[in-house]
Amino acid sequence: MSTPYAKLPAWADYGLIPLINLAVAFIVAGLVVLLVGENPFRAAAILVEGAFGRGQGIAYTLFYATNFIFTGLAVAVAMHAGLFNIGGEGQAYVAGLGVGLVCLALDRVVPWYVTFPFAIAGAALFGAAWAFIPAYLQAKRGSHIVITTIMFNMIAASLMIYVLRDILKPEAMQEVKTRMLEAGAQLPRLNWIIELFGTARIRSAPFNVSFLLALVMAYLVWLLIWRTKLGYEIRTFGFSQKAARYAGISEVRVTIIAMLISGALAGMMSINAIMGDQHSVYVDLAGGAGFIGIAVALMGRAHPVGIILASILFGMLYQGGAELSFEMPAISRDMIVIIQGLVILFAGALEHMFRPYIQTLFASISPKSVGMAAVKGEGA
Amino acid sequence: MAEAAIELIGISKSFGAVRANRDINLEITRGTIHGIVGENGAGKSTLMSILYGFYQADSGEIRVNGKPTSIKSSNDAIATGIGMVHQHFMLVDNFTVLENIILGAESDALLKSSIAKARSELERLEREYGLEVDPDAIIEELPVGLQQRVEILKALYRGAEILILDEPTGVLTPAEADHLFRILRQLKEQGKTIVLITHKLREIMAITDSVSVMRQGTMVATRETKQTTVEELAELMVGRRVLLRVEKGEARAGEVKLSVKNLVVKDQRGVTMVDDVSFDVRAGEIVGIAGVAGNGQSELLEAISGIRKAVSGSVTLDGKPIDLTGAADPGELRQRGLAHVPEDRHHVGLVLAFEENENSILGYHNDKRYLKGPLLDVDAIMADAKDKIAKYDIRPANPRLRTANFSGGNQQKIVLAREIEQDPGVLIVGQPTRGVDVGAIEFIHKRLIAMRDQGKAVLLVSVELDEIRSLSDRILVMFAGRVVGERGPEASEGELGLLMAGVEQKEAAE
Repeated sequence: MSTPYAKLPAWADYGLIPLINLAVAFIVAGLVVLLVGENPFRAAAILVEGAFGRGQGIAYTLFYATNFIFTGLAVAVAMHAGLFNIGGEGQAYVAGLGVGLVCLALDRVVPWYVTFPFAIAGAALFGAAWAFIPAYLQAKRGSHIVITTIMFNMIAASLMIYVLRDILKPEAMQEVKTRMLEAGAQLPRLNWIIELFGTARIRSAPFNVSFLLALVMAYLVWLLIWRTKLGYEIRTFGFSQKAARYAGISEVRVTIIAMLISGALAGMMSINAIMGDQHSVYVDLAGGAGFIGIAVALMGRAHPVGIILASILFGMLYQGGAELSFEMPAISRDMIVIIQGLVILFAGALEHMFRPYIQTLFASISPKSVGMAAVKGEGA
Repeated sequence: MAEAAIELIGISKSFGAVRANRDINLEITRGTIHGIVGENGAGKSTLMSILYGFYQADSGEIRVNGKPTSIKSSNDAIATGIGMVHQHFMLVDNFTVLENIILGAESDALLKSSIAKARSELERLEREYGLEVDPDAIIEELPVGLQQRVEILKALYRGAEILILDEPTGVLTPAEADHLFRILRQLKEQGKTIVLITHKLREIMAITDSVSVMRQGTMVATRETKQTTVEELAELMVGRRVLLRVEKGEARAGEVKLSVKNLVVKDQRGVTMVDDVSFDVRAGEIVGIAGVAGNGQSELLEAISGIRKAVSGSVTLDGKPIDLTGAADPGELRQRGLAHVPEDRHHVGLVLAFEENENSILGYHNDKRYLKGPLLDVDAIMADAKDKIAKYDIRPANPRLRTANFSGGNQQKIVLAREIEQDPGVLIVGQPTRGVDVGAIEFIHKRLIAMRDQGKAVLLVSVELDEIRSLSDRILVMFAGRVVGERGPEASEGELGLLMAGVEQKEAAE
């Protein structure tokens, strides 16, 4: 028997429900803030002020958002193929090596715009390569991709420390990282765009050209998933493996290609960190963005527009959260992680908690708005 | 004086904007067998779910034995003496019969004493109603007919006086169905009240005392079974006159289009499901494969369509071999003119989450007509979908609607339109009218006959014997993976039923 819940209009589906989820997350987070003896309204004000109040904050928010757009798109592409890629963190980290090798070779020779496309290719190649092994194991051997990608995060962490410390680190340097990259591998900042809106001069935020790359990738992912034959095959496979088999779609091919694309997208996150911010390849450069990408993809309903919006939200939590722990000593870094966790919980894991109520509400207010969609449910 | 076991007064139930039940009034006399018929989506299951406590009615009253009763859960239903035998059995496959029967009705924290009590009670019930089952048999080792008996025993064990059976004969052979009916009559004689939900009108005529017909959420009529006819019931169900017999002319069979020789197929566990099967399908004929579900028909279809690898055997399409044991791929077979309407349209033939137009190219998405360079040609796909919607009268006529929101009959039309409009030389069809309303059945049958008359070869698999008999030009009966006989369409139901039960095969072996 089908559950004959009526369909919601798109604005409620994609706008209202995420907003309600978000509101609940913030209410619960507010209670946590109250519990440690701080004023939740002041905390919220500081958080929003920190993220959007000044040009500097906005630039940082967008810088973080850039990371999450890449990793969120990566998770989304795999998700459309019914695959849960938890390995974005490791793929981004290893892709840092690809970017690093390109940059170390070119940064003293050519300008940034020549290095950039090679770096993109390097990131995509290394990220995809790191996703290939779990993809192959899933497609050919049936090893569960959730398990293998988690394992590959660990392997990536160890591998990168080895490569950075024993191979790429200059002898004389204390810190475990490559030498500083020079102008030919430093992406131009985009802070001036924010300044155009009349904010105060932004001193140091690393908001850079890779944000534009992220937007281009978001568009390409939309095109891939909803407008190409490959995307059609990916979605068919993701919804129903049996239907895919029936339609003559190769399980092995779709699994591997979707994961390669996913890994490549996750990998591009490292461009933002290396060429846009730190100008070196360093330990833990993915910094958890691979995992945030899962929340972003869930919250954004695996749609590029949703992912961009969710990424900006998490960028805000990152940037505003940093300000908050600075301003309110009772709220430590860990508290910020709790708040982020609550957002993930309500917006991601409990995404559908309020849906039935809202659907009933819509149906009772205006039966027409939900259409006759479910009149003919299967079971009698 | 007959009194009512169940009275439903003014029951209404809506899901959002959908009114599944509208002001239903129904009275079921104690000690009778009452049938409820209706098309898919007529609201039968919703009504029974209200009676069994899965849903609460928005308004209306339920009276059991004359007393107004509120049934808020299946526990309430059981407490008032209502038991239900579901279409899909609610049994734990790897438990024994006894364990399943006490499941949820354990009388103690420790199982041992519950089991001992249950055993003696079960023996009493088995004696009383002639429902023999070995209490220590494991469920998954029992044939479906016996599993169903366990479901009935489960309800009786809980003290059910009123038994609701939802489509109980769907998985049974004709002989097993007859046995079930004998049990039901016996229960009736013992004073139990039985509600039988079915879409098979002949069963209604055979066993019920009275029958109610539902259509679009309302109860349109209640009749004494003796005073009605199949034709009248069908008309009441659909709301217009229905052609129950399929009209078709003589078959003009031509050259062999599909030839299957010594095909062997195994399932995932390595059990042989199709055992040395050979047959031909010629142009201009419909070959029907009859059999009780689970006798290898599904695997046969999957193998021929390239979905499942065969172990051995040879198959030719238009005289050219297809490598079913190796590289055969459903996409390649489609290009060679073999179209497939799969048994399971929900998980195989359609992607329910897709829009209608996306499903109308499933399997043909490599076709140049639907592509523009590397991109899908959205306009062409949409135009094509609209064309098929018009030709096959798919409702609602909206190619952007999610496929899950179409009724079963319209979903099946989406699949048929896609496969038939490719103009294939060979069409293989599994359960074309399962879960499809009567009006659409008529349409689908006519389409299949039209395919035949155009000189296409059609291979039809169905567990509905009536369907096989009325459509096929030749009937092959499968039992335990083998073709145990071939008959003409004039073969009697009894004869085919015996073959389906494997009777003749056993005699031959002795």
